[in-house]
This record gives sequence, C-alpha cells and structure tokens, in this order.
Amino acid sequence: MRWAVIQFPGSNCDQDVYHVLKNVLAQEVDYIWHKDSSLKGAEAVVVPGGFSYGDYLRCGAIARFSPIMAAVKEAAAQGKTVLGICNGFQILCEAGLLPGVLVRNKSLHFRCETVPVRVEHPASRFTREYTTGQVLQLPIAHGEGHYVADEATLDSLFVHKQVLFTYSDNLGRTTPESNPNGSQRHIAGICNRAGNVLGLMPHPERASEKILGSDDGLALFTSILASQGVPLAQAA
Amino acid sequence: MIRAQVIVRPRASIFDPQGDAVCRAIQHLGVSTVQQAHVGKCIELELEGNDLAKARIQLETICKDLLSNPVIEDYVLTLTEASETASEAKPAAKKKKA
Repeated sequence: MRWAVIQFPGSNCDQDVYHVLKNVLAQEVDYIWHKDSSLKGAEAVVVPGGFSYGDYLRCGAIARFSPIMAAVKEAAAQGKTVLGICNGFQILCEAGLLPGVLVRNKSLHFRCETVPVRVEHPASRFTREYTTGQVLQLPIAHGEGHYVADEATLDSLFVHKQVLFTYSDNLGRTTPESNPNGSQRHIAGICNRAGNVLGLMPHPERASEKILGSDDGLALFTSILASQGVPLAQAA
Repeated sequence: MIRAQVIVRPRASIFDPQGDAVCRAIQHLGVSTVQQAHVGKCIELELEGNDLAKARIQLETICKDLLSNPVIEDYVLTLTEASETASEAKPAAKKKKA
C-alpha cells in the first residue's frame, strides 16, 4: 500500500512515521513537501507531528493553507485514509476535516510522557486490531492537546462512535488524574463521521517497536492495512 | 491607506489557562483587586486603498478564516483611514518619542 507523509516546515515526527511504515511494515512511502500539490497516488496520508510554521497564530492555523492541503482534503473526500498525529491532529481540525480544536493544556505544562490510552471502539479502520476497552501505553508530547468542542458536537461524536481513543488510567478508568491535558470528556483521538479521517494527540509511531518500550501503537497502522485488505507485512 | 486592528480573545465559555495564570501572578505581585484576566492577541494590518466598506468585507473573511477560530475565540475589528504610508508613519512616531 502506498503512503504519503506530509512534511511542513517544523514537522519533526515525519521520519518516525516513515520509519515505521517503511522498515517495520514494509510499505511504500513517499515524503510529500507541503508545497507540492500531488500525493503521488498514495492511498493513505499521514499528517505528522511537530510545530508546523512554529505554531504561529494557532497550532495548525497556517499549515492548513499549504498547497498540499487541497490534495489532503480531496483524498479525505474520496474516502482515502487520512491520519493526523499530534500537530497533524491540530492541522486537520483547523482545516475543518475534524470538528473541534486543540488548545493550551489546562495545566499550561508541556506534557512529555507515556500515558494509558483506552480504545473506545474497535469497529473502525483505525482500531480493528484492538479490542474495546483495551488500554494502550502511548507517548504524548504536546503543550496544546486540550480538546475543545461545543456540547452538541461532543454529544454527536459519542453518539456516532467517532471517539476512538480516550485518556484513562492503567485500569481503563477515566479519572481527573488520568487526563493529561484537560481534554473535554478525556478525548485523545476522534475520527470524522465517514470514519476515514483520524486525529489523535498520542504518538502511535513512537510506540511501534518493542525496543522502544511499547509496540501498542503498531496495531493502529496494521488496522489501516487490514481494513484495506493489505496482507500484514513481515516485520523487518 | 487603511489601518485595521484585530483583537482576538478567548470566548467567555472557554477556560483560558493563560489568563488564569496571569491572574494568579498578579495576586502574587500583591495586587488582590484583579479578579479575572484574559489573554488574547492583537493583530495590526495595513491595507492599500481607502474604501472602508470594501476593506471591512475582506477583513471579516480574514478574521473568520485565519486570524480567529470561532470554536474558541471571538474577535473585534477596528478600521481607521490613515493618510500617511507605513514607512512615513514609523519615523514620525520615533521623532515624537525622541
């Protein structure tokens, strides 16, 4: 399967995503510069983490005007897989591909640690290799990961099973202490109504090999492959 | 030339952790009368032309689509017509200070 990893000025998780796709999952991957207008035939797009445009104005606010974003929106409209991680999640929200917005962490602290993340629904193209309520250990590294939307949007996200990941404790319980950034209703990752666009603050690409301490994130990528009927590749 | 000032601030319904931290810092400074603080942004723009009505339409688009995010922020747009250009205005301002 062919993947595109978008590079903005300030992206810094692009190589991590590329490594997992190319070397762990044996996928075809292209880096796509933000000024390009074509995804080179990719069936899946990753908008990686980082600090695109220095987070000027608001996180993701300027990146969404990059030329490549028209192609990303088109891919999303065609039902192709679009995955936004951390800053990529912020960009997808600013671009209107996902509802809501990510604001400054409630504590004002930049949180850089591994946290438990609960899988809410395995019936999606991003989570089918997980089980309901499964607790993953995933790294987070963000200052603006506090998910905000109005109450009607939040209700709708839950009703339509678009909340795929929430912050929890190690037992899967959502407690105030287990919410690292103040996200409303503990939201860590959401998909669009059609189910082909996912944004999440935790970094599955940094937890895709045992040697890194956790490979709990790998199943997110293998879920996408399985949903597209791609046979699981041998690990390198 | 037209000058525009855009004040972007967090919506009242959205918790503003920066404002909260600033408010607490003010209290540490020994001033107990300040009960609330909100931190926003001030963006100043200079536009060519002198058609305020036309400029306002363009600026409303800029404010809604880029300078603010309506999910979390409100904005206030103020327009003024200015006769001098920016390059002339800056030295003039410096002279006043000197």
